[in-house]
This record gives sequence, structure tokens and C-alpha cells, in this order.
Amino acid sequence: MDQPSATDPDPEGSGDGAGGDAGGDESGDESVIRTRALTKRYRGGQLAVDGLDLTVPAGSVFGFLGPNGSGKTTTIRMLMGLIEPTSGTARVLGRPMPRAARTVLPHVGALIEGPALYGFLSGRDNLVRYDAADPTADPRTRNTRVAAALDRVGLAAAAGKKAKAYSLGMKQRLGLAAALLQPRRLLVLDEPTNGLDPQGMREIRSLVRELASDGTTVFLSSHLLDEIEQVCTHAAVMAQGRLITQGLVADLAAGTRGRLVVTTPDPADAARVLKEQGAGDVVVAEDRVTADPPDGELADITMALVTAGVRVRGFGVERASLEDAFVALTGEGFDVAG
Amino acid sequence: MSQADVKGRGAVSDVRLPPRGRDQPPQPASRRTTFYGTLFRNELHTTFRRWRTLALLAVLAAVPILVGIAVKIETGDGSSTTGGGGGPAFISQITNNGLFLVFTALAATLPFFLPMSIGVIAGDAIAGEANAGTLRYLLVAPAGRTRLLLTKYATVMTFCLVATLVVAVSALTVGAVLFPLGDLTTISGTQITFAEGLGRALLIALVVAASLTGVAALGLFVSTLTNSGIAAMATTVGLLITVQILDQIPQLHALQPYFFSHYWLSFADLMREPVYWDDLVKNLGLQALYAAVFGSAAWARFLAKDITT
Repeated sequence: MDQPSATDPDPEGSGDGAGGDAGGDESGDESVIRTRALTKRYRGGQLAVDGLDLTVPAGSVFGFLGPNGSGKTTTIRMLMGLIEPTSGTARVLGRPMPRAARTVLPHVGALIEGPALYGFLSGRDNLVRYDAADPTADPRTRNTRVAAALDRVGLAAAAGKKAKAYSLGMKQRLGLAAALLQPRRLLVLDEPTNGLDPQGMREIRSLVRELASDGTTVFLSSHLLDEIEQVCTHAAVMAQGRLITQGLVADLAAGTRGRLVVTTPDPADAARVLKEQGAGDVVVAEDRVTADPPDGELADITMALVTAGVRVRGFGVERASLEDAFVALTGEGFDVAG
Repeated sequence: MSQADVKGRGAVSDVRLPPRGRDQPPQPASRRTTFYGTLFRNELHTTFRRWRTLALLAVLAAVPILVGIAVKIETGDGSSTTGGGGGPAFISQITNNGLFLVFTALAATLPFFLPMSIGVIAGDAIAGEANAGTLRYLLVAPAGRTRLLLTKYATVMTFCLVATLVVAVSALTVGAVLFPLGDLTTISGTQITFAEGLGRALLIALVVAASLTGVAALGLFVSTLTNSGIAAMATTVGLLITVQILDQIPQLHALQPYFFSHYWLSFADLMREPVYWDDLVKNLGLQALYAAVFGSAAWARFLAKDITT
């Protein structure tokens, strides 16, 4: 498809007083989204996003993580030109947002905070309306593209039904279809599997993989960490408006130490010994005792356990999941509002 | 959000930029027409398929039917009616000529029913989309804020015209069924042919529709202020009623020429021979002023607005 070349001189940049440093030097790089000190303070004084420096490489499937209220949605809205940043700059597809919205957004498909539909229109007519809103969309191919998008998300059979009769999962699929009306360079998907049954979730994940393999960059926010882990190549973690970390998913998980796991019929004694050995955060669950491993040789712990008369069925270190990394980074459970 | 530091953002992006990137494939010659036409057609289609729009039009169509039947019953015993209310005294002529039902119905609906229905459609234009969340998807499509607002205003204006014509056509139909048609007498006492009378009726309908452009712009502005469609509709209709009341208070006569409703009933002057243009021109000028002031305010507000729904 046609796309604005990343190396084009930026005609909109000339009037940009605040972000002069971001004017030309970044347009040649491979990032699809790049923010510099992006900040949003709402009218009430609440700081929603605080000095965000986010870089989403081209071709990545980028997971965007954070507890509720951490500023993810505000960030996405700033990237899509819906909210004006208080300060800082955001570039999408190499062009400044929101100034270049008209040239950038036709190449971006978005699902933001769930689908929004006209209940009195059929699923098909909802897509026709969104497509008509895009001035670059060719009216001659509209019906074909709408049918293809409906087919792609498995809604072809329900296309004529009024959207108000759709289930939550069907609405979600229709929202996704709207993002897929045209070939896109970037897909921004905010909680795309929300409301879907497990089969639907799997379908969406395989759709995301399929799109990514076609070269579309996917920016995916989700509260399902295993989803991010299964699908994403890169991830960023936000908490309380700040970016805590970003990088390859594999590196993020590897950065966190694994959990020591002891399986034993004497969990109480085992927990006591582990604490004596300097293990932190000891958790007992039936016959499993888990803890953060202390520094030093792990074999010394097995010896201490045996010396204390603790019978051991199993002993080992479990690899850290992204969830562990997340909790370690944000210092809180995932569903806690920031 | 702070209005001051976001002002002008959309103004630059929406106005100065070319409608498409230069790297788009060549488009047909009617590029500009398509740019606005596609969304406008879809907007019309969407608006006029809503049950609410059709209900408003049905109410408007019912007014001439009720007036016609009432006049028929009232005059069934041969007594003549007298023009009541503040409207032009067309009503007494209906029994002689059904065409006068058109003028009577427009005079009856213009003070409230017509502007109220405009207030509902205009108030809901932006706020309703914001409330449903569909506004964010239209804007990331990207509809373009200026383009979307112009489309909305054009649609509301179309609704003004359609609503007025619904009243006029309904009145003409009822008038033709219940009363005789024929040459008619103007307010000045001269005779004009039925064909010329029809022409005057059409002209009056157009003037009535144009009289509503001020309310339409006001409603659109209110619609950009809130994310609740209901609140925007209620505010617009509330303003309409307030202005109508203030227009009746003699002590405010210095202000009254600036009320959008002040010259509304001047359309009756089109039934004079020769036509008395002064108030008609004042009315149209005032509507243009309201459209310019509140249209600009709506534009400035909408371009600077953070879309958080």
C-alpha cells in the first residue's frame, strides 16, 4: 500500500515551536511510535502521563502494560490525536501528532477503550460509516473492503443484524473489523480480547500474529499478561503515569529472578528454614513453599532443609513469568489502580 | 483542560493541511466533492434513519393535520373564525383557501415545534457521538474535526429544510383535502393566482428554514461543550424557550432586535403586495450573524477539545 515515506521532509514541522528538537532528526529511524517527554495534565491538575519516552520499533508486536489508571489510555489517545499533550512530543509513523493526524491516521487502525457502535445501524452499516469518515478510503471499493473486514473477524453471517443486538464479543469483533478496513501500517489495539470467549481470544491472537507477519506493527494494550507473553515481541510497563521499563519481552522476564519452589510434606518447617537462610517473601500453599531465592549457593539451602529434618519431595527455581516481572516492577498486583 | 495552551492546534492541522497526503494514488477529478460528499451523504443517511428523527418529523407533520381538522370542525356550523394568538391572521382565511393552512401551520410551528426539533438534532450532533463513544472512532478514521463539524452543520441545515417542507407539504395536502383551493387574497388585499400563491408558499418555507440557521448554530455550539447528548438538547431547547419569553418582556425592547427569534414571523411580509422586505432582511441578517458567531465558537471549541469519551 501507499504510505508516507519516513524520509520525507516534514512539511508540518515548521510551525512546531515547543518540540523543535524532534523536528527532523528522528524521521529517518525505524520507530513507528516515538514520544519524547510526553506529558498530560488534566484540567483538575491530575498528572495522567508524566514525561513518557516510548519507542515502538517497526514490525514489532508491542505490549503496553500497566495497572488501571496508569495512563495507558491517555497515552493512546494522545498518540491518536484525540487529546492534546500538555507538553512533550509524539511522533507516529515519523510524523508529529496531533498535527499530522490527517496524513498519519489513514494508515492506523485503532480499537480504543472498547468498541463504540451505532446501535440502530447494522454491523455492515457501522463499518460503512467509519469508512466514509476516512477521506482517503475509496468509495468504489467500500463494500468489498467492508465485507472482507467482516469476514476476517468472523462476523460475515451477522453483518445485517442491528449492532444493538450484538453480544459484547461480537461488538468487540466489529470494532476490530473497523480497524481492518484498510491495509494498515500500525494497529493500536486497546484490550482487543475483552469480552471474548476463549475460542474468540485464540482467534484474535492468531489474527494479531497473522497481521504482524504481514509487516504491520501492532501496539497492544492488555491486562492479560500471558496474552502479552504469548503474542508480543516487545513490551513497556507503565505505572502512575510513568514508563517503568520497555524492551524485548524475553529480556523483561529474564530481568526478574525466578522463584524458589520447595515441595514438601512439612511446609511449616520448610518455611522457617527458608526464612533462616535469608529467603524473602516466603509463601506457603499446601505442600508447596515458594520464596525469593537468597544470594549465594542454592545447594546450601537443601542441606539446611535436610539438616533440619524437613522431608523434601521437590526443589527448584521456577522461571520468572512476565507477571512476576510486572509485579516486581510496579510493586503491586495488576488490578490495583495506580 | 487548559484552553489557552491548546488553542489553535486543530486550526493549523485541519485547515492548512491538504486533504490528503501527496503520496495518495490519483483520485477522480471530483476530489473536493468526494472529500465532503461521502461523509455528508453518510451523515444524512444515518440521521434520517434514526427513529428519533422520524418521530420529530411525524410530530411536525401532525400539526397541520390538527390545525386543519380543528378549523374544519370550528367552521362546520357556518360561523367564521378569527385569527387568534400572536401569529399572522392567516387562520381566518383557511376556510376560503386551503393554501392558507400552509402559512398558518408554519406560523404555528415556527415559534416552538420547529426550533425544538432543530435543537434536538443540533444538540445531539457532537455530544451524542461523544456520549456513544463513536466520536473517537470518527476522528481516528480520520474524519477531520473541521470536516466533521461542517458535515454536522450541513446535516442540521438539511434537517431544517426537510422539517419545514414536511410541515408545508402536510399542510398543503390537508388544506387541499378539507378546503377549497384557488386564487387568493394577499394581506394587502390584492388578488394573486393560485400558482403564484404556491410560489409564495415555497418561498415562505425557504425563509422559515433559513430562520432556523441561528438556532442550529447555537445548538451545535452547545453540543461541543458537553459529552451528554441529552444535556445539549435540553440546554438548546431551554435557551430557545428563555429567548422566546424574554422577547415578550417590553422592558427588554432594546435587546430584543438581537434575539434570534425576534423577526421570525416576518415571513408573513412575503404575503404583502408589494413584499415588505425590511424585517425579512433583518431576520436573514440576524440568522447569518448567529451562524457566524456560534459557528466560529463551535469550531474553536471543537478543535481544542480533548476527546476523552
